[in-house]
Amino acid sequence: MRSVSAGPLRVVASLLLGLTTSLSAQALTQAQALALAQGETDDRIAALHAVVAAPDARTATVLKALGEDRLKLAGTRVLIQDGDALSDAATGAPVTPAPSGLEDVMLNNRLRGELDGAQAALQLSSPDRQERLAAARALLDAGVDESKAGLLERAIAAEKDDAVKEALQLTHAAALAASADAGQRLRAARLLGESHRPETRLLLNQRLAEEQDPAVQAALRRSLGQVAATLAWGERLGALFTGVSLASILLLVALGLAITYGLMGVINMAHGELMMIGAYATYLVQVGFRQWLPPDWFGAYLVVAVPAAFLASAAVGAVLERTVLRWLYGRPLETLLATWGLSLVLMQAVRSLFGAQNVAVESPSWMAGSLNWLPGLALPTNRLVIIVFAVAVLGGMALLIGKTRLGLFVRAVTQNRPIASCMGVPTARVDTYAFALGSGLAGLAGCALSQVGNVGPDLGQSYIVDAFMVVVLGGVGQLAGTVLAALGLGLANKALEGVVGAVLAKIAVLVFIIVFIQKRPQGLFAVRTR
Amino acid sequence: MDRLMTHTLSASTPVVLPGTPALLSRGGWMTVALALLVACVVVPAMNLAVPPGHPLHLDDYWVSLLGKFCCYALCALAMDLIWGFTGILSLGHGLYFALGGYVMGMYLMRQIGTDGQYRSSLPDFMVFLDWKTLPWHWALSDSFIATLALVLLVPGAVAFVFGFFAFRSRIQGVYFSIITQAMTYAAMLLFFRNETGFGGNNGFTDFKRLLGQTITTPGMRMVLFVLSALTLMGAYVGLRWLTRAKFGRVLSAVRDAESRLMFCGYSPLPYKLAAWVLSALLCGVAGALYVPQVGIINPSEMSVANSIEIAVWAAVGGRGTLAGPIAGAFAVNGAKSWLTQVAPEFWLYVLGALFVAVTLFMPDGIAGLVRRLRRSRQGGKGVQDNQEAA
Repeated sequence: MRSVSAGPLRVVASLLLGLTTSLSAQALTQAQALALAQGETDDRIAALHAVVAAPDARTATVLKALGEDRLKLAGTRVLIQDGDALSDAATGAPVTPAPSGLEDVMLNNRLRGELDGAQAALQLSSPDRQERLAAARALLDAGVDESKAGLLERAIAAEKDDAVKEALQLTHAAALAASADAGQRLRAARLLGESHRPETRLLLNQRLAEEQDPAVQAALRRSLGQVAATLAWGERLGALFTGVSLASILLLVALGLAITYGLMGVINMAHGELMMIGAYATYLVQVGFRQWLPPDWFGAYLVVAVPAAFLASAAVGAVLERTVLRWLYGRPLETLLATWGLSLVLMQAVRSLFGAQNVAVESPSWMAGSLNWLPGLALPTNRLVIIVFAVAVLGGMALLIGKTRLGLFVRAVTQNRPIASCMGVPTARVDTYAFALGSGLAGLAGCALSQVGNVGPDLGQSYIVDAFMVVVLGGVGQLAGTVLAALGLGLANKALEGVVGAVLAKIAVLVFIIVFIQKRPQGLFAVRTR
Repeated sequence: MDRLMTHTLSASTPVVLPGTPALLSRGGWMTVALALLVACVVVPAMNLAVPPGHPLHLDDYWVSLLGKFCCYALCALAMDLIWGFTGILSLGHGLYFALGGYVMGMYLMRQIGTDGQYRSSLPDFMVFLDWKTLPWHWALSDSFIATLALVLLVPGAVAFVFGFFAFRSRIQGVYFSIITQAMTYAAMLLFFRNETGFGGNNGFTDFKRLLGQTITTPGMRMVLFVLSALTLMGAYVGLRWLTRAKFGRVLSAVRDAESRLMFCGYSPLPYKLAAWVLSALLCGVAGALYVPQVGIINPSEMSVANSIEIAVWAAVGGRGTLAGPIAGAFAVNGAKSWLTQVAPEFWLYVLGALFVAVTLFMPDGIAGLVRRLRRSRQGGKGVQDNQEAA
């Protein structure tokens, strides 16, 4: 089929190339493809805009190939490489044999940015509602200009779905906000105030900085106020949530220490390394699931990893207690040095076994993503899961200490060892169990941490100071104190972080604890008074 | 302070206070003299006078290594004063070491002058951060005299303020240790920040001159080594005197029975505070001597691990003796530099095992071991007085 509208250039090009394949009637021509593929960046961007303004069936394929560096040049002919096969960019017809001397089509960052926008624009006409919605938002977030306004107007006219239409209108407003016409800008400024998205605030701020026209400036300010008011609650809750999330991690880390240090008086500097062991146990379970079980089961690996992490750390803890720590009870400073030594050995052992690099622990897919309850508030699912997990572990431990025979023995031994022994409590064995329990809790903390942070040999080092702060602040031997201290430190840390930055917040919290302990050396919950 | 109970107890049985024992036994003086000879004559001669390649030649590497060890030993002595004699375990002495080091480092940075990469009179990292003038806390850094004073003043002042509040509220034992740990950790985070004005992550390095002299010459290296060794020996003899005087005996009383000491009418606060500040000063001096020898100071010197390692040197050597921690610092660091060359992956195993073994099997460290050996050789004769001559 010969193109009816073939321009002179087209004819010349086809003559030059000596094309024998049929030239189609499609809008994306070889000449357009060539303009996309080579030349000055400005010209290529113009070509890109032209292609997107009048898209056809081939456009998406060509742009995708361009984005994935699969577009090749053979002389002046543009080809798409798909594995080993080559096809013509304009027609999609296979090209055999492959011409020699293929050149890569280069993309610079500016072009790549334009290309992303162009692809999003193409998505606007996708048959899938979700894709259209995502495309409208992506265009807004990437920043649109007036060149896309026409495209968006067409999409709005064609759109049936209300939610997508709203998103499109917002994006359209953003496109108009950059218009040269002050009236258009004013309209856009008003429209943008309807947005519930944090990105809009950024956009409004940018526009406000550039805007000269006082009327538009006022409108922009009003819209900015509206957007900020909608977002404020979400942000406040978000800050609270990150604080609670940090608190849940601190609580998990400190709970085990509350037993080994708080109840048993062992300054367990190897606590962090027991957490690391839990994290590596999680890693091993994950690798095992991937290797030997069907992929569908992978999402459930945590069901196995949680007990595995607990048992691995508890076993190591029991061995440490039996071989080293039992000789050091009542000499806290000595336990400090010995456990520090043990922590070095454990760290080096893991380094020898798994290498010094971090290992990759992949979260199950159901823990990815986030919940969006309010505009501007996204709660990551994995953080939510960890909060629930921390509460569950806390409840389990409270039951264990308060209601079971083992818990009774542990309390008895810590309160009065000789009398407990006289009553027939096997104190040495209770010590081992208690230490193993504390270590196992560290393992659970490690399992939780593996879902949000890096897993490496020095995983424990970064938490040990914090964990001691929580236990000391909460009051030794006090579970309620530990919980309150973890919550308080987590929230204070995140609240301060918003004001002075992460490092200064941490320093402020440490200084606060140092001062606090001066005033109340027994922590928040002092039990013993003398 | 001097309300001793000699008169009030009973007039009929006069309490005989033990006479102050000799500062050092004859063997002890001999050892100190020998060490003096080695540090001031033998090592310089073997390094500078004996040509390289000769079997008796001492490599530059060994000189700087020994110089470093002397600084470590000084820290171990400081730790011993506060832990071994006063019973207060500090996990934050790395902070004072680093503070002394930073003060010296600031002076050395200013000595670079305009020879930095950016050819500016400001230190390179400030140019990099686009600072136009020196921050206020660098004001005295171009004077060597002021630097020497600050090397003592800064760690001393920090230790005084911290110690005063901690000891006044009678924070003891493990609580104190954990607070000191938090303190050095907080300081490390602070020094990691670029805004603090201490070079952030990278700290100070690339030193060129000290007192106008090039810092990398063999002569300068030797001077720094001899200075470190002399400081160490001076600190040893000084502490030996101090711990045998009444001050030292009160410190031991604080360690062994603080409440009994208080009932006797002593306030432990000034004693603890004095020992604490003195210990911090020694660490600061050690840091100041250390930095020009290794040519770098950065916030990782304040890491918790470093401070705990100082405690280990003292523990391995033997707490409550003075020669012990020196021996411990040399032994542990000697093993470290040997092992990290031969089999780097084993060093942490050895260090970890050392921690455990010392706490479990050798609570008195090397000094205790030597004492036991000597006692069994002498058939159980009293040798308490020259126990530290080793």
